[in-house]
Amino acid sequence: MTNTPETRTLVIERELPHPPEKIWRALTEGPLIEQWLMKNDFQPTVGHRFNFRATPAPNWDGLIDAEVLIVEPNSRLSYVWSSMGLDTVVTWTLMPTETGTRVRMEQSGFSIEKSSDVYYKGANWGWQKFIDNLEQVLGGSN
Amino acid sequence: MQVIADRIFKALSDPTRRAIFEHLSRDGEQTVHALTDRAGVSQPMVSKHLVALKRAKLVRHRRDGRETHYSAQPQALAPLVDWITHYGAFWRDRFDQLENLLNRMDK
Repeated sequence: MTNTPETRTLVIERELPHPPEKIWRALTEGPLIEQWLMKNDFQPTVGHRFNFRATPAPNWDGLIDAEVLIVEPNSRLSYVWSSMGLDTVVTWTLMPTETGTRVRMEQSGFSIEKSSDVYYKGANWGWQKFIDNLEQVLGGSN
Repeated sequence: MQVIADRIFKALSDPTRRAIFEHLSRDGEQTVHALTDRAGVSQPMVSKHLVALKRAKLVRHRRDGRETHYSAQPQALAPLVDWITHYGAFWRDRFDQLENLLNRMDK
């Protein structure tokens, strides 16, 4: 394949002192998801299309388009996560340990090829953060 | 990439220039006159700032009769926005909230 866009993956792992069954509930029950992530109309059914809804920001409607890809109870959950023209896939993996569960969140599909368009929108979305960073970087310089 | 980023940081290091750029980003194309009314500095100063922003490719201009119109080029900020970093911070925060929820669920 030529022109396959290069993609990057974000991985965050944490070990939590709770059983997989309980974490699974927090990942798959709408009212619980809302308490730690965002408002949603999630259903644990492969092919279900839904939205995560955040508070709209300037130049961002706060909507994330999603579609359930994988549902393996207490073990693996995956959905499409599309926002602002950036299409990614979020995959949760739960691995039982002696004291709880190793939770792995993988977000993949950050495409380098598409970056110019995405960056354009992201620049607006991330404006305030950018300003904060800028001021930190600049420190006391004038 | 770093050279470009440096140039953008430098162009936006001045609060007046930053305000002009933010104003153009938010409200769209503006004439130098309109920008001067808002900027609180003289028109020659505004023009000087616009030249600096133009050099960093943060704005572009078009002439229309006697007026020059400026518009923001927010995609010029591209080298500064990193989605991986952005989502990294986002998910770490959500993990914290997930942990809080799980602790509450115990009760």
